[in-house]
Parts: sequence; C-alpha cells; structure tokens
Amino acid sequence: MAITSPVGVAGEAAPQAAVRGPHWDSRFTVLILFLPPALLLFTLFVVLPIGEAAWYSGFNWNGFGRPTHWIGFDNYRFVLETRAFWLALRNNGLIIAVSLAVQLPLALTLALMLAEKFRGAVALRMLFFMPYILAEIATGLIFSFVYDGDYGLVASIWRTFGAEPPHLLASTDTAMLAVLIVIVWKYFGFHMMLFIAALQSLDKTLVEAARIDGATRSQTLRHVVIPLLYPTIRLSVFFAIVGSLQLFDLVMPLTRGGPADSSNTMVSFLYNNGISRMRVGYGSAIGVILFAICVTFAFTYKRWFMRDE
Amino acid sequence: MRLLGKLRFAFAACLLGANVAAADTTVKWLHIEVNPAQVKIWEEVARSYEASHPGVKVEMQFLENEAYKAKLPTILQSKDRPNIIYSWAGGVLKTQIDAGVLEDITDQVKGYSDSITPAALAAFTSNGHVYGLPISLSQVGFICNKDLMAKAKVDPAAIKTWDDLLAAVKTLKAAGVTPIVVGGADKWPLHFYWTHLAVRIGGKAAFDAALRGENGGFAGETFQKSGELFKQLVDLQPFQNGFLGFKNPQAVGYFGDGKAAMSLAISSVYNLQRALAADKVGLSEDKICWFDFPVVPGGKGAPTDTLGGITGWLVTKDSPKEAVDFLKYFISKDVQTKLAAGSYIIPVVQGADAGLNNSFMKLIASNLAKSNYHQNFYDQSLGPSVGRVVNDVSAEIAGGSMSPQDAAKAIEAAFKQGN
Repeated sequence: MAITSPVGVAGEAAPQAAVRGPHWDSRFTVLILFLPPALLLFTLFVVLPIGEAAWYSGFNWNGFGRPTHWIGFDNYRFVLETRAFWLALRNNGLIIAVSLAVQLPLALTLALMLAEKFRGAVALRMLFFMPYILAEIATGLIFSFVYDGDYGLVASIWRTFGAEPPHLLASTDTAMLAVLIVIVWKYFGFHMMLFIAALQSLDKTLVEAARIDGATRSQTLRHVVIPLLYPTIRLSVFFAIVGSLQLFDLVMPLTRGGPADSSNTMVSFLYNNGISRMRVGYGSAIGVILFAICVTFAFTYKRWFMRDE
Repeated sequence: MRLLGKLRFAFAACLLGANVAAADTTVKWLHIEVNPAQVKIWEEVARSYEASHPGVKVEMQFLENEAYKAKLPTILQSKDRPNIIYSWAGGVLKTQIDAGVLEDITDQVKGYSDSITPAALAAFTSNGHVYGLPISLSQVGFICNKDLMAKAKVDPAAIKTWDDLLAAVKTLKAAGVTPIVVGGADKWPLHFYWTHLAVRIGGKAAFDAALRGENGGFAGETFQKSGELFKQLVDLQPFQNGFLGFKNPQAVGYFGDGKAAMSLAISSVYNLQRALAADKVGLSEDKICWFDFPVVPGGKGAPTDTLGGITGWLVTKDSPKEAVDFLKYFISKDVQTKLAAGSYIIPVVQGADAGLNNSFMKLIASNLAKSNYHQNFYDQSLGPSVGRVVNDVSAEIAGGSMSPQDAAKAIEAAFKQGN
C-alpha cells in the first residue's frame, strides 16, 4: 500500500515521476499479460453465449441452420403461460426454503458437535462429507433404487411394518419431497464442513472470555459463537440458493422432472421443454429469465448481506 | 546429405500417410438398440461387410433412446457427426431434411430401392428424394400373458371393443391380477392409448383434417373423445403401482417377469421382454398372446387401421459413399431374412418375410399387410415439439392432473405455436 498510494495521489510531482514510471509500467505489463486471456475466455464462454441466448430468444427456431423466424417477445409470453414454468419456479423456492430451514440448522448443529476434538470426530466428519463427493448422477441413480416401490430400501422398510410400500417418485404429491430429501442428504455435509472450518478459525479467546464472565454454554453459543459465524452462514445461504438455481443433474436420474412436471427445477424445465423439443428460441427465453433471476439475486444479496466481505 | 535423407524420409512418411488415409474409410453408425442379441447380429453384419470391403471400417456408436432424441440436433451439426443415424421418419425427419443435414441418396439407391416395400420407403422419401432406408415395421397392440389372462378367465380373443377392454380390466383386477403395465415415466408408452383411440375414433380423415387446422384442429371432437375414453380406462386404475415412475425398459421387464396381464406395446416387445426380464428368459412364445387395439363403436377408423412405427436409417450430409453402400448391404434380403428369423423385425425387403418363423411375428406381418392406414407414432410424425406435448398430456390424463378437454387444447396450442 505504501508504495502504490503515491502513484494515485501525487501524480504530477516531478521528482516522483522517475519512481512512478517503472511501477506503472510493471503494472501495465501485468495487465497486458494477464488480463487478455481471462477477458477472452470470459467473453467467449460467458458474455457471448448470454448475448446469443438473448438473441435466439426472439426467434421461433429449431436449432438447425440460422434462426430466421423472428417472433419478438412471444417466447417469453409462451414461457410465462406454461404451467410447468411456475411449478419449476415453485420447486426452486421449495429447495431454497428447505435448505434454509432444514439443511442449514442440521449442518450447523453437526458442525458444533464435530468441531471439537474427540475420538472419531474426523471419521464422522468424513462420513457426513461423503455424499457431497459422490457424483450427482450416481446419487440420483442410487436413490432411484432406494425409492423403488417394488425392490427399494424404502419399500422393504415399509413392508417390515406391514404396509403397502409407496412409489415416492411416481406420485405428483411425493416426487418433489423425495428429491428434497436427497438434496439435504447430499449437501448438508458440504455446509457442515464450511461451518467446521469457520469454527476452527474462531478466536478462542472470545469464547473463553464469555465463559469467565459466567456465560452458560447456550449463552456463549447464542451471543458469541453464532454471531462470529455470520459471515459463513451468509456464504452458506448464498451457496444454497445458487445451488438451487443450478440444480439439474440430481433431478434427471430421479424423476426427469415428472410426474406431470411436479419435480422440475428451472434448469430441468429448460432442458425438457427447450432442448429435447428442439425449441431453441423458447429454451433461450427460459435461460434469459433464469439469468435475470440469478443476476438480480447475486447483486442484491451481495449488496445487502455480504457488504462487509 | 543428412538433411536430404531427413527430407526424403519426411516425404516418404507423407506419402505413406496419404495412402493410409485414402484406404481407410470409417463409417460411423449411431444406433439406440438395447437388445444385446440384436446388436450382436448387427455387429456380425458390420464385421462381414468389413471383411468383404477392405479399407472400410464400420464403427458402431450407441446412445440411449431419450438421450439420442435430445442430442440429435447438436450431433447433426457437428463436424464429427455419425454417418448413419436411427430414425422414426415423420416430422422429425422432415425437420432434418429442411435443415439440409441429410444426404440425398436417391441416385445411389436407384434400382436397389425397388426391393423395398413401397410404403416403407415412402416414409423416408420427400418430394421424390430418398434420404434414408427403412429397416423394419411395427404395430402397436396389446401383448398379453396367457397364464394370467386364464387365471382371471379373460379370453383375449374376445376383446374387440373398448368396452370389452374395460370389462377385462375389471375382471383382472377382481382376480387380483395387475391388468396393465406401462412405462409412464417415459410418457410415450402412454401416448399410444390416446393416439390409438384417435385412430379408431376419427380414422385417417380426422388426423389429416387436424393437420390442416379443420374441425378445431387437435382440440376437435375426435381428440377430446380420445381423452375421454382414455380417462374411462385410467379411472379403473388398470396400471401397476407407481406406473408414472416406470421407464419403458423397466415396464417391459415387468411384463417379461410375468407380473402383469397386458401391455399396450410395440410389436418388437415380443423379443425385448426376454432381454429385459429379470431372469433374461422372459415369457416363451406359448405364454404370449396378442390382440389388436379394440375398436370404438361408431368410430370412423377401420378395424384394420394400424398404429406403429416405420423405422430406418438416415445418411447424414457429406458422408462417404461407403455409408450408403453399407446400408444397402445391411438392408439386404439375406440380412433381413436373418433378422426376421430371429423375430427382431418385420422386414421391409420383399421376400425377406419368408424368414419369419413364428406365429406371433407372422400375425403382425399379416396385420400390417392388411392395413390401409398405418399411422406413424404421433410423437414422431408431429415433430419433436408438438409430439412431446402429446406425450405430456397423455401422461397427465393418466396421472389425473389434466382433463381430456384441456389435453386436446394443449396439443392444439402447441401445434399453433410450432407452426
């Protein structure tokens, strides 16, 4: 900081020019060397596709050749008129709600228990983290067997109680619930690890000070530990929401968004209704809507909740 | 001297390389067949073609049915596209022709194409240009399990009308037998009901009129009634538990395991159920019965009208001429007779039906020969966008989440949006 600050502040001072020159030069060189690759990649794979999607969304186009049939904003109207779109949006909301109401408290509780050193703590951490390592597609397939109403684990549990086993993935009432359970199972370990890392880097003196002041365990937790964890909690919430908006590969092997679109997420809805129907314009419109949601969320969240980081 | 030697070596290497490239043509063949026994025969055909045509290599690639349909537009526009691809003809084929991603093979199959059943070839012909070759025909109908039908004292031969079918379902249920198995998660197995009802109620005239937008299009009376009649069946809860979660291969396996009395299926299920049954044996020929889709009293369709597939192979743009040559070899009387003898296909090459050696396949072949109106699968003939909506609404009627009227309207709306 001491070296760079004169550059900006006292630019005109003659004696400093000699000092400033090479510094500015080296920064410029760094800029010239390191910015273009990143900028190029970002433009090529992020900015251009977004622009292209926005452009395609104005066409009725099946993906072959060049788009020619311009229909303006009709694709957006079609998307908003589709019941499945609102179901998908609702499901994304549900995933966020469950992440916040179930997954986060669960992860935090486990983290508080496992952050301390005791025999088997590391093994338990590994065990809870394991589902996160598993590939999404593999997880989906495994759970589609678990949920199978004829041969699955759930079915045999039901049978031991003498009940007729349900086909969870085959009913519009339970399919999304089944997907939500898998999501919590798969991702709580990741959030737990975030919290454990945060807990371990916590300033222990503060906790000790609270103890010396006579705070009980729960008081320490409520007034010292959790406030200190706020940055991590905000990060975890951020991941949960972004994860919900991106969720696709877990849904496909489980339900493909069915039955009757009851378990679609935004992305699986895009795939089912845009790509597999060869309606690239329509799919692009969904993509643009999704992008708008993501951007709005990311900026507001950063602005409101993650200002200090 | 040394440099010269190096140069010469490089030159020789170039020559060699060029030679190798000229002699080696690879024909990439993308298929979606899941029956290993059939794939094995195809592989043998490919290897024997390679043996008799030195320098040509036939490379088989596989994609699962649903994944194939989703990826196809991308695949077709890539430089590395396969040369031979699977097709159900219909609207999807038309889109591909319009997009110019297929090779016009009219000249290359001249003469040879006379050996193919005209109706089947016509499905791959557009404005006099041939873009592919058919390999097999199929019929959609009810395959049934003789033992389970007998257990409930239902005579499959007596199921002639829609009401007969409803009555049979009730009887089977009362006897504690699962009446029908269906792969509802894939949706298209459910669209057979809705579509075949439409074929029976309105016949060819109704379908053609709907395509022209007459009589209310697909929201018209015929198509609403299809939904209503389908709902009558659905209301009896005829399907296996959790049918909306079953993918088609699972459902076919379920039938092969002898756990349901009937299944509305493509005739090729006769063979497929063996491969997909848990014991890999499935039901033997004497345990299987078949009856045509029941007629609807007052319907305009003839009882002999059939719903089914005309499947074949397309040659993609800029493929080597060996691709067509291999197809001609593959769809020859010899190979077709062999596939017919294995009960894998109803052949399209004239004379190859001599290979059909069991009563089931012979029955299907004669049904198809009698049919004056063979309706290609709706989800293929209407193109990917509208076709999928037909599948969607069929599954929604089956799941009870959509009324027959709304279903017909949804198809018409999609038809208008897509055109």
